[in-house]
Amino acid sequence: MAEVSLRKVVKEYEGGVQAVKGIDLEIGDHEFVVLVGPSGCGKSTTLRMIAGLEDISGGEVWIGGDVVNDVPPRDRDIAMVFQNYALYPHMSVFENMAFGLKLRKFPKDEIQRRVSDAARMLDITPLLDRKPKALSGGQRQRVAMGRAIVRNPKVFLFDEPLSNLDAKLRVQMRTEIKKVHQLVPTTTVYVTHDQVEAMTLADRVVVMNQGIIEQVGAPQELYHNPATRFVAGFIGSPAMNFLPVSVIDDGGLKVQLANGTKLAVPPQKVDRYGPHKGKKMTLGIRPEHLTEVRSNEKAGVQHMVAPVDVVEPMGMETLVHFFIDGVAVCARVDPLTPARPNENLELSADMNNMHLIDDQTHKVV
Amino acid sequence: MADGSGAAVDMGRASAPPRKVGSLARVSRRKSLTAVALCLPLIALIFGLKLYPTLYGIYLSMLNRRMTEFVWFDNFIFLLGRNTFQMVMFQSCLFAVTAVILKATLGFILAHLMHNIRGKNERVWRGLLLVPWVIPLALSTLTWWWLLDPSYSAFNWTLEWLGFSKISFLGETWNARIVVILVNTWFGAPFFMIMYLAALKSVPDQLYEAAAIDGANAWQKLIYVTLPMMRNIISITMLYSLIVTFADFDIVRILTNGGPQDTTHLFATYAFTVGIQSGNIPRGASVSLFMLPILAMFAFFILRGVTKRNKEV
Amino acid sequence: MSATTADAARARAASRAGSLERQRRWALWGSYAALSCFVVAFLTPPFYMIITSLKTSAEISAEKGNPWLVYTPTFDNFIELATSPSFQRYFLNSVWVTAMVVVISMAIAILAAFSLARMGFKGSQTIATGVFLTYLVPPSLLFIPLFQIVGFLNLLDNTWVLVLLFPTLAVPFCTWIMIGYFGSIPKELDEAALIDGASYMQILFQIFIPVALPGIIAATIFAFTVGWGAFLYPLAFLYKGEQLVLTVGIVSELIRGDVFAWGKIMAACVMGALPPILIYTFLMDYYIAGLTAGATKG
Repeated sequence: MAEVSLRKVVKEYEGGVQAVKGIDLEIGDHEFVVLVGPSGCGKSTTLRMIAGLEDISGGEVWIGGDVVNDVPPRDRDIAMVFQNYALYPHMSVFENMAFGLKLRKFPKDEIQRRVSDAARMLDITPLLDRKPKALSGGQRQRVAMGRAIVRNPKVFLFDEPLSNLDAKLRVQMRTEIKKVHQLVPTTTVYVTHDQVEAMTLADRVVVMNQGIIEQVGAPQELYHNPATRFVAGFIGSPAMNFLPVSVIDDGGLKVQLANGTKLAVPPQKVDRYGPHKGKKMTLGIRPEHLTEVRSNEKAGVQHMVAPVDVVEPMGMETLVHFFIDGVAVCARVDPLTPARPNENLELSADMNNMHLIDDQTHKVV
Repeated sequence: MADGSGAAVDMGRASAPPRKVGSLARVSRRKSLTAVALCLPLIALIFGLKLYPTLYGIYLSMLNRRMTEFVWFDNFIFLLGRNTFQMVMFQSCLFAVTAVILKATLGFILAHLMHNIRGKNERVWRGLLLVPWVIPLALSTLTWWWLLDPSYSAFNWTLEWLGFSKISFLGETWNARIVVILVNTWFGAPFFMIMYLAALKSVPDQLYEAAAIDGANAWQKLIYVTLPMMRNIISITMLYSLIVTFADFDIVRILTNGGPQDTTHLFATYAFTVGIQSGNIPRGASVSLFMLPILAMFAFFILRGVTKRNKEV
Repeated sequence: MSATTADAARARAASRAGSLERQRRWALWGSYAALSCFVVAFLTPPFYMIITSLKTSAEISAEKGNPWLVYTPTFDNFIELATSPSFQRYFLNSVWVTAMVVVISMAIAILAAFSLARMGFKGSQTIATGVFLTYLVPPSLLFIPLFQIVGFLNLLDNTWVLVLLFPTLAVPFCTWIMIGYFGSIPKELDEAALIDGASYMQILFQIFIPVALPGIIAATIFAFTVGWGAFLYPLAFLYKGEQLVLTVGIVSELIRGDVFAWGKIMAACVMGALPPILIYTFLMDYYIAGLTAGATKG
């Protein structure tokens, strides 16, 4: 059994600063969970507490049915891939991967078998005799993963492993990691600040912010139903647009933007938003749901006018930036749309994908 | 003096390509000249006061006592035959090797202890432990002499107070040898501590974390992570210390002056006694020169170690 | 997880509770204890030096009581030395020899290091390696031929001979340190200065020296230490009282025959050790940087 549980886990430093403020998380066996959030949110600290590299100030950490708060890292049966790879520079690739097994006194042929299997899986067999300094970044990352795989631990821990790689390599390694997890389905806890990595790799994503968990859920769940403003703005790129609106009744439930535009609330959401009539709230709508006007638009799509400020052609789409009463808004339109700066452009807002956020609680209602 | 602005004006005025090349060459020649000029005092120093004396010393060692005629290697052969000199060779090697091993071990242990207590206190401890190295060696050796004085030794007083009997520290051969090694260790260990502490700090923490997760306990971390990472620094400092310890003069001269009965003489002190005190310059020079091949060997290994380090990423 | 297995797990954890922290605390206190022992051992001689310097010769020769304590402390030894013209002579000689040596050594070292580190010319690498090698040639190898040479130059028994010779002890290592420090200054700084119109000398004095100041201080401290504490060369080349420097003066002159005025000798040693100790107290970090510079930058 290799489930991981965090129960009311706290990390407090001298002086009373709390990096992790009491989090609860249940990770199932074989699950690939990603901790994501901005710098300083506590995700790395949490990972290191699971690894045993940081003391646990409060709460319990369970690995595979055991409370491991006072168990040293070497006895927790975990493996970790560091951001800086942490390969032993004086050992060859083979020796690096075999080190953990050698310490645990595995027989030589068993070590040989495991290392060559892992090397084959990661495509690094020709590198086994080289020293780390003779490897590229991507190769070193693979060796670091190989070192974790041969141990056959209860849990894999990844601490921002792709942050040191260039963009193209990152995309490639992401796929590799996913493939490895399919072949070796060990429970994995993966930390990153890149939400794209989180979305593509995770079974479930844990969004953290300032030491607490904002939301836990499958990637699609977080995308479509964010629970808080933070999650709504963190997931998805470009980020969701946040517009101050008033909820009004103008022949049906509508939201009114600062420039007077009224957008009707689609029927399936009327019951949900009805109780907030008369309030000032924040409308959240993703750039991909602000498009050019199309034919065959479904029900719920409303039109609005955008005073175009900056146009960014991306190739497969064009980003149109504009302002509504000083608030920046971004729309993703078809690349052939005639959008020009300082001209007005008519947009379609797909209100079926609207979110309303309470300005006091910052929660999505 | 190379003046960048002058050169720029020159090149501005140049119109035809051949003239441009000429002025560029002039600039770089001026730069090279200045560079060599700056180095001249150093080169003069090295040639005049290190290289030339060495060669002159070799020449001297092949003269007779009155320095009137060549005797080639007679001095060397004579020395090799004397019992005293054979002892000098033995003592020098014993002294150097033992002292360096002790200093390295002690320095290594101290560096680890200092590393364990990292924090603001570290500076205080480090400061206190460096004191033996800071006091001029001649003066601290005098203090050791007084501590070991045959009649007034404070150590002997302590021994008797604890119920043991007095020890003649400087009067008996092996006692004197051990004492000389000890004083050198006392003096030199702080240097090793400082070097090894700096090396310890340069080992990335993450390597230790990875080793901990791989299953290493403290002892295994030392053997598999610390020592390999420090291998180069350890060998360079030991070789360097071998050279310096081998050629040491102050301690033996002040503590024992070679005694009792020439059993603690090193090359340096024996050369001084023979060459300057007894006035036999050529023979004294030969004594000194015996050190040359051994020092050259150490120096060769150090150079190899340093260039190897520079090649490693 | 059922309640009983959870309880069992908690029970196991409770038995281990705090063990990691306890281990770490043991390691910490053990380290402090061991370090204290070493500090006591290392500081015993200096301590005894100071204690003895405060004793009267009567107390020393009386051999009564605990030699590790002083029963009738007195500053007489210090006063006698401070007012003794020969001691003053030794001290002053040391001061001015060391000062000259430091200035000369640093001048040679800085100029050479600048040239070798920056103005790479043919053969600069050979010279740099040569510098390192000469550092490995010890004074005890050279003092006899130097004795002859110095004799020819009629400089025997003259403190100027030290001013001439001591730089050979300090310059190689100082140059080595400075090459390291100068080498670590980014080339862009020189290029920006060249574009701004500076000559090489201006670059040296207005950019390199200020930026590499820590290295300069470290090298200066090293040169000072070498000059102040040197023993072999002064012993070999100086004889008359008024030419002696501190180290030889104390050893040769204050120890006359078998009559040891140890209180005075130790007091002299304290005064002789004071300048390095003072410099060290205030500039310890530079001192240590100087030591490690050879290893980490070379």
